[in-house]
Parts: sequence; C-alpha cells; structure tokens
Amino acid sequence: MSRGKKEPGLSRRGLLRGAGVASASMVAPLAASAQTPGQPDGPPRPVGPVTPAPNPRMESGTPPEMPILQGTASSDYMVDVIESLGITQIAANPGTSFRGLHESMVNYSTLEWHTCTHEEASVAMAHGYAKIEGKPMLVLAHGTVGLQHASMAIYNAWCDRVPVYIMAGNTVDAPKRGSNAVWAHSVQDAAGLVRDFVKWDDAPASLEHFGESAVRAYKIAMTPPMAPTLIILDSELQDQPIASGKAPAIPKLSRLAPVSGDPNGLAEAAKMLVGAQNPVILADRNTRTQAGIDRLVELAETLHAPICDMGSRMNFPTRHKYNMSERARGLIAQADVVLGLELLDFYGATHTFHDNIESWTGSNIKKDAKIVSISSAELFNHANYQDFMRYQPFDLSIPADAEASLPYLTDALRKIIDPATKSKFEARGAKIAEDHAAALAGARADALYGWDASPIATSRLCAEVYEAIRQEDWSLASTTGNFVSAWPQRLWDMSKHYHNTGAAGGSGIGYCAPAAAGAAAANKKHGRITVSINPDGDLMYSPGVLWTAASSRLPILYVMHNNRAYHQEIMGVQRMANRRQRGIDRTHIGIALRDPFIDYATMAKGLGVASFGPITDPKELGPALKKAVEIVKKGEPCLVDVVTQGR
Amino acid sequence: MKHPLLLACALFAAGPALAQNAAPPPGDAKHGEMLFMADGCYQCHGTVAQGSRGTGPRLAPNTIPYEAFAAQLRTPRDIMPPYTTVVLTDSQLADVYAYVKSLPGPAKASDVTILH
Repeated sequence: MSRGKKEPGLSRRGLLRGAGVASASMVAPLAASAQTPGQPDGPPRPVGPVTPAPNPRMESGTPPEMPILQGTASSDYMVDVIESLGITQIAANPGTSFRGLHESMVNYSTLEWHTCTHEEASVAMAHGYAKIEGKPMLVLAHGTVGLQHASMAIYNAWCDRVPVYIMAGNTVDAPKRGSNAVWAHSVQDAAGLVRDFVKWDDAPASLEHFGESAVRAYKIAMTPPMAPTLIILDSELQDQPIASGKAPAIPKLSRLAPVSGDPNGLAEAAKMLVGAQNPVILADRNTRTQAGIDRLVELAETLHAPICDMGSRMNFPTRHKYNMSERARGLIAQADVVLGLELLDFYGATHTFHDNIESWTGSNIKKDAKIVSISSAELFNHANYQDFMRYQPFDLSIPADAEASLPYLTDALRKIIDPATKSKFEARGAKIAEDHAAALAGARADALYGWDASPIATSRLCAEVYEAIRQEDWSLASTTGNFVSAWPQRLWDMSKHYHNTGAAGGSGIGYCAPAAAGAAAANKKHGRITVSINPDGDLMYSPGVLWTAASSRLPILYVMHNNRAYHQEIMGVQRMANRRQRGIDRTHIGIALRDPFIDYATMAKGLGVASFGPITDPKELGPALKKAVEIVKKGEPCLVDVVTQGR
Repeated sequence: MKHPLLLACALFAAGPALAQNAAPPPGDAKHGEMLFMADGCYQCHGTVAQGSRGTGPRLAPNTIPYEAFAAQLRTPRDIMPPYTTVVLTDSQLADVYAYVKSLPGPAKASDVTILH
C-alpha cells in the first residue's frame, strides 16, 4: 500500500504552462466549428460522445498565487487515529464531503474497503460485523443525503444496542461550497438528523479536536449499553494540509471494563433465586462472546433452572438440557421468580397483547411472582423514540452489564446453596432435562407436517439448510424469529456465540441481507460460512448488497425465504377486512410481491453472485444447497431462491 | 421470542371439549381447497394446514369436530379474524372443512433422516 508523500519539483505555474499549450492546440478546430451558421455566438454543442470544449479564458492567463500541491494531509492523521482504534474494515458509498478522507483511506491506510451501493447497507453491514467481531467497522456517509439514507439502519443498530462507528462528511463554511449540490448536501447540524438514536456525536473543529472526539466516540460506542456514535467531518478539515506541518498526538484508547452489578444487589437476587420453587431465566441481549455463553451455562448448572433464550443474541446452547426456550410462555406463567438478562421487552415477555377491535393486555405471570432484571439498558436512554418498551415494574433492578455480572451472581448463588438445597435443585434439573428432550422431540415431530408441501415449508427449508452446513464451521446471520417459525433455534445444534446473531433490533426491514454480509466480512478470516435465511421483502430494500458480497469475495450463502409477500402485513390487513366483513380477495394489493414474481436467482447473477432456483419442489432443495455450499467454501457468495410457505 | 397468537392456538386446540359430536355436513374438498387459498386460510395455517408457530395452529390431521371448527371461524377467540356468513357461506365453510379433513398426515419420521 503506497503512502502519500510530497512530490518535489512541481509547481502550479509549470503545470499551467503545459496546460495552456495543450489547450491552445485543442481549441483551434472547435473554435472553427463554433462558426456554424445559425449559432454564431454560442459554443458548439457536442455531438455524440465528445469532450466538451474547454474555455480558453479559464485555461490561460495568470493564475493567482495559490498552492496546488500539499505535503501533508489532515485526513492522513484521521486515518492514523482510526487505525489506532483497531478498526480494520470500512463500509461506504462514496461522497464528495469525505473525498479527502477517502483518498487517505485508499492511498495511506491498510483498511479493507467494502464498496456499498446504499448507506443503509453500509450501516447494516457494520451492524452485522460488530455482532460477530465484537467491535465496530467504520462507516463513512456523505453529508445530508448519505446520513438520511443511513438513518434507518442506524436506528436498527441503536435499538439493538450494537456499536456502529460512523463518520459523515459536511461542508461547514459556506464560501467553500462550490456547487448547488454541495449546498444541498450541507447542513448546520448534521448529527441532528439522527441524534435521537445515536449515543454520542461531535463535529470537531480542528485536528486535535478530531483526535480526541474520534477516540471518545469509539469508547462511548463500546461501553455498555453499546450503541452507534457519529463524528461529523468538515470537508475542509480533511482536505487541507496540516497547518503546522506536524500532526497532533493520537489520544490513547482506554481499556474498558464493563460495569458489573452491585454486589449487594446480586446477593439479593441470588437469595430470591435460591428461595424460588420455579425460577426461570430469560436471556435476550445477554451474550456478546463465547465466555458469555459459558457463564450462562455455569449459572444454569448451579441453579438447575430453565433458561429461555429470547433470541436477540445467541445466549445459550440449543441442545443444553436446561434450554427451555421452546416453552418460555408456560415457564414464565408458572414461575415464582423471573430473572431477565438484558431483556429487551420485559413487559412483553410477562404479558400478552390481544389485538382485537378493543385491544387489551393481560398478565401472564403469577401475582406474587418476583421480577428481577439485570440490564445495561437502564444506564442510558433517549426520550423521543419509544424503543424502551412498556414500563415493567421490577422487584429488583440491577442496572449493569449482564454478561459481566454473571460470574458474581453465580458466586453469590454458590455461597448460599447448601447440600440439601443442591440435591433438591438437581432433582428439579432432572425434570427440566426430561422436558427439554420432549420439546426437542416435539419440534422434530412438528417439522414433519407439510414436509413435502409446495411452496416449501419453512421447517423443511431450515432442516435442509442445516443438513447442508452442519459439517462446516457456520454462522447464521439473519433474523431467525417468527419469519421462519424459529425452526433454526428449534432444530439446529447451536452452541457458539456466532451461531446466531439475532434480529435487527428495531424491526426495520432491510437489515438481513446487508447485516449478513457484514457478518461474513468478520467470519471470513476464520474460514467460516455465513448463512442468511433471507426474507424476500428484506432483500429488495438493498439488493445491491449482493454486488458488494461478490465484489468483496464474501463467503456467504443467501437462502431466499421467498414467500412472495410482506407476509406479516398481509395477515394484518386480512384481519381488518374480516372484521369489516368485506372479504379478503383484495387484501394482497400493496403487499404481495407477485405479477410479476421476482426472480432472485437471475437478479443475483446480474449482480455477480452464483445462484440456483427458484426452487418449488422440496426434493430439489437439498441437492441445490449442497452445490451452493461448495461454491461458498471456495470463498464466493451464492444465492438459492426457495419459494416458501408464509411462515 | 414472542408468540402473540399462541393463546389463539391454544383456544382453537381446546375446541373439541366444547364440541358436539354431530356428523359434519357434506362438503366439496376440491372447492374447499380453492377457498382455503382464496380466503387466506393458508396465510396463517399453511397450504396443507400444517400450522405455523406464531400465526395459526395446525388444523390437520386430527381436525377438531365440525361444530368447534365452525364456531372458531364465525366467532373466533382472540385474534383470528372472523369469517361471517357474509364472506363465507355455510356451504363454503363445509367445503373448507372437507378440504382440511382430507389432508394427509405428516411425513414418516423414518423417511426423514436429516431431522435426526
């Protein structure tokens, strides 16, 4: 990688003398053609693909005494700061407002660049990357327009409490805005657009200020509750040489120790759990690392209590004998202590919302059940957007990072579990293990219904995908909740933290395909296959990410869950039509993706991605997936279009 | 994961306890299949009534008695949309029931090795 160096011996005068000679020789024939009858005064209009005529007055004469070369670049210092944070990859769609940093990135840095075709894809890629890598990818966005494109994906990352590190260009100084486009793309307060759903932002006015703010933004993004942060980069600050000729020092990034729960609070929680007959533990955004999974296993095996993985992260091995995610609602209903670990929607977990003409909400829990929460979400919130969910009263709330707190909670449990209690807990554990085995057998039996149906059942879709990848090191990196009836969690043996990255956070459609590409960018160096069971409606938000996957050689298997509709919405409109007794024969309007059907395999080919399908016969699915996995193992993306049942 | 329709599923499954044991009216299964698709039953229950977690319970095999089936369609509990006689006549309802009753059971577990 070349590093920018000052080139001696060149001057603006010298360059312009050469340019003037060239201009004179090019002008002559065009000047002659300018004398065409009927067009005596204006310049000739180019016919066909010819270069427009140069303006001699602009290309000759005496230029002002202004430098044309620079020996230092402020944006080189910016790159040094960014690299000092350990950032190695960048996702961006290009933009004039960060051209200075862009040039430094490609000529002065070693960062791996993922060219994106939309800023929403850039941010969603960074979102998926961070869930695997545990640290941010850099996103660059262009002024007002780039940040507006990016905003939905930033909101998803905010709701999902994932660190995304964004820099957006802006031209602050009005006289420096050279065209109407730059004016339209400039803004007084760029970050104001997304300030409600980033954790922190700044607009540095100097390089020294940039250094401090860039490091501060990274630190804040990575401190639980993690979230996106944003630095606004003045275009002039990037483009100019370093005024003093000497770059400022790079501020040191602090090592972070996530905040763990108050010891007294954890001791009280332990006491409540040990005193309970039927405790249940609900883990949602608890786990970021493999250590987090191990810690939760240790807690479960100390308490011999059921764990329900609520799905926002891969929290607990699906085949562990105490995994009771399949029966979460029933366990919550009979629990005397409910412990939530980074539980996104505690109220939703303990209540049922009835979407009738007069909607109402009913409690699912016992009146005297004790509710305990350990969550870093309590440590930071904004007011405007309502992603904090309905208010859940707690008997004990411990505002702390749950993953960091678990060892201390387990220690507190061990201190008060005597041999008699331990024996009683082990008996409880044996019963839970039986129930777990029954739930797994039940899921396998359920999957047999509709096995040979066409469109292909989601149970078969997921079972065939697992069969194709299970001998590999794999990572499922797309939403796996209700869209495919949670079949991967029910049928697949998931034990690694990268086996399931969970959903979008803000339920904003358009997350899956680019987030999976970002996950693949992180998984690639491990030789790991990334899989996205990708909803069709989702892919259509930013299909260009398929080209990015091809361009960046990302080993990713896209399996289209092509139910040919925004299925969630078709059920909702159908419910309205039936309430009003109007029939449902028109409820597909505005929702169904048919007439014409979208041919995702052809679309993928056009974007440089190998593909199979559309597959409607379930017998053809397994062989197609096998071929697709062979392509992905060679380091390339591949897409298999599968026409599926709704859910 | 939240499953807002599970209560509806549970209530639907509880139907037999409320049902009479009268013989169902005769119905045209072929026409019922067309109605099952046209009237959107498949959206929540699947095209072969296999059911789907979070949207609608399995309807076949072991379909609940006709009276319970009809009661759930006409005056559904929880969030299933109501199918009144304005949008689905009694005759059509009988056809839908005949289609659901005609559906085969699941694949044989021994034939599906990849699930084990």
